Amino acid sequence: MRFLLTDEQAAFGRSLEAMLSAADTPSAVRAWAAGNAVPGNALRARLGTVGVFALAVPEEYGGVGVLPVELAVAYVELGRYAVPGPVVETVAAAALLARLAEHGEAGPAKRLLPALASGGASATLTLPGGGPYALDADAAAYVLVVHGDELRLAPGTGALRASSDPARRLSRPAPGGELLASGPAVREAAGHAADWAAFATAAQSLGTGLALLERTVAYARQRTQFGTVIGGFQAVKHRLADTLVGLEFARPLLFGAALSMTTADIAAAKLTAGEAAYAAARTALQVHGAVGYTEELDLSLWLRKARPLRDAWGTPSECRRKVLAGS
Amino acid sequence: MDLRHTPQEDAFRAEARAWLAANVPERPLPSLETEEGFAAHRAWEARLHADRWSVVAWPREYGGRGVDLFTWLVFEEEYFAAGAPGRVSQNGVSLLAPTLFDHATDEQRARVLPSMASGEVIWAQAWSEPEAGSDLASLRSRAVRTDGGWLLSGHKTWSSRAAFADRAFGIFRTDPGAAKPHHGLTYLMFDLRARGVTVRPIGRLDGKPAFAELFLDDVFVPDEDVIGEPGQGWRIAMSTTGNERGLTLRSPGRFVAASQRLVRDWRASADPSDTALGDRVADAVVGARAYQLFTYANASRFAAGASIGAESSLNKVFWSDYDIALHETALDLLGADGELADGEWAEGHVFSLAGPIYAGTNEIQRDIIAERLLGLPKGRRR
Ligand SMILES: Cc1cc2nc3c(=O)[nH]c(=O)nc-3n(C[C@H](O)[C@H](O)[C@H](O)COP(=O)(O)OP(=O)(O)OC[C@H]3O[C@@H](n4cnc5c(N)ncnc54)[C@H](O)[C@@H]3O)c2cc1C
Repeated sequence: MRFLLTDEQAAFGRSLEAMLSAADTPSAVRAWAAGNAVPGNALRARLGTVGVFALAVPEEYGGVGVLPVELAVAYVELGRYAVPGPVVETVAAAALLARLAEHGEAGPAKRLLPALASGGASATLTLPGGGPYALDADAAAYVLVVHGDELRLAPGTGALRASSDPARRLSRPAPGGELLASGPAVREAAGHAADWAAFATAAQSLGTGLALLERTVAYARQRTQFGTVIGGFQAVKHRLADTLVGLEFARPLLFGAALSMTTADIAAAKLTAGEAAYAAARTALQVHGAVGYTEELDLSLWLRKARPLRDAWGTPSECRRKVLAGS
Repeated sequence: MDLRHTPQEDAFRAEARAWLAANVPERPLPSLETEEGFAAHRAWEARLHADRWSVVAWPREYGGRGVDLFTWLVFEEEYFAAGAPGRVSQNGVSLLAPTLFDHATDEQRARVLPSMASGEVIWAQAWSEPEAGSDLASLRSRAVRTDGGWLLSGHKTWSSRAAFADRAFGIFRTDPGAAKPHHGLTYLMFDLRARGVTVRPIGRLDGKPAFAELFLDDVFVPDEDVIGEPGQGWRIAMSTTGNERGLTLRSPGRFVAASQRLVRDWRASADPSDTALGDRVADAVVGARAYQLFTYANASRFAAGASIGAESSLNKVFWSDYDIALHETALDLLGADGELADGEWAEGHVFSLAGPIYAGTNEIQRDIIAERLLGLPKGRRR
């Protein structure tokens, strides 16, 4: 038993943190929201060069093998820096294709996986049992749709709709399209991909919550009212303390899920990280006061993401059902 | 990252499980917080001790097995899963013993620990006073120098299990002139049956005498019962509060077992259309797992040489809030029977309600988290 990151895993997280903190991600997020995917795609490509999208891909398809712990480390950082785009969906698509290959359907994996693993291309997808909307289909190189036991490459994005998070765009992919694979293996692989999507979202949520807390603590330490910093008021301190408790008890569930990758453990992590990050968003807004309610402040980039992430790839109720089914 | 147990831990688990299966009383013992139950729990401690299960993490010379923290966690998982009795010696084992390991002389350890391990001597914690709760450092009970020792006087209260316990450990003011309130305090042990001690049991919310107040009137304590240097009492006491708040007071095994019992009861009796209740059962399962994994992470950090400081306040807030939610869910599941005083979850519920108060209230813990872990300004506390 050594339930701690190895030195290499911790160093990987720090290197991503260093890269992302220097990358001015808020500008990329704002550009993404305005329909300009260029900075976001450049960011993805850079993350690709350090292997972030190769962590769910076997070596034969250009990946580094399936490394959920490293993936969690990476996606916490992606969440902390609000990296825009279908990053979760790309890894879920990779998991889907890799699983199909394990079932003997290697064609789609050979064709699509190397580009996804390198960060050269992104994918988005819808899965049975998931929501009807694909995320950021307009920016994704591939839009995959699993329906029943068919996997298709959607012929178009479908009409785009705005999300409550302007950096997310939703659409129902156009029906039909090229049939990539079919049969019971598709159904099984889709379930597997849904677990990976929930898992990566849990990590992204945790990172989102951590960023909200970090920014809010920093604000509370410098904002002065009544002649004293607001971070000295107990009502503020205790709310921030509770936020830390919520996030720090989500973290071990995330890494526990990384080790087992069971549906129930992933659901527990997703539920807890999603709720903790959303609670962090509520706290962040309250502690910032009116300025926190503005889109101008970069805080809004995380604030508006927390709730969609809480619900994407497994609402809290769905997660609880999976937990009970597995215990 | 690795959550696997070693073969030795697995073997230990199997041995503990077998012993517990053969020895745990078939019917629950009477409540620990009654005279009859106290005696029955003391006898259970002796039984555990006879086969070296009472203090597995202690060195062998004091009656333990010298196992590490991970193995202790395994023991706790098995202990609670087996539905074994509550631990009447808990406050001695989890609060006084670590203090003795860190600060006492060999002579004191040899004198105190074996009888603590066997349950022959049950210890009570005597820190709080009527006017010194959260602000413990304002305590007024005094120890005054006398020939060969000290004379205690004052009023201690809320001392758990003191109604039936044998001895107590506490902090006393030995230098009233010290510059700061938490200077001039001394940590010492005394006999609850010594001359000058009056124990008045206090009924907790359900009426059971779970704690007591102690009136001390020139109670003699020999020098050999002072722990560490006189005047160092605060520092010594604070070095064990991490144990109290942290992982050794409320081991995750307790909550994992309780959440599994809850799932079992829910499967057996719940209305499946009541999804709101099902959600809370799921939360109980998730919370127990989170606490277990959080503890494994802390134990790993500990094994890697780190010390657990203010992080123990995260534990304390989490388990105390969790415990109440778990028991409230269980009572709701019982419906009308949830009101019965002898129901399966009733005593646990009463007990859980005090969790946010003892071992440092959750308000104080949140202050500690905010100040020491988040770096927010210090408030008006000592
Ligand atoms: C079941 C039980 C068992 C116990 N067992 C023992 C024992 O064995 N030995 C022992 O010595 N003691 C024991 N205690 C006492 C326990 O340690 C105290 O109750 C605790 O320290 C709080 O002190 P108090 O009750 O005097 O509350 P107070 O300190 O008076 O607090 C009352 C309320 O005010 C709040 N408050 C106080 N100060 C602040 C602040 N600075 N900021 C914000 N809020 C504040 C508290 O959080 C609380 O909500 C036990 C208590 C209980 C309930």
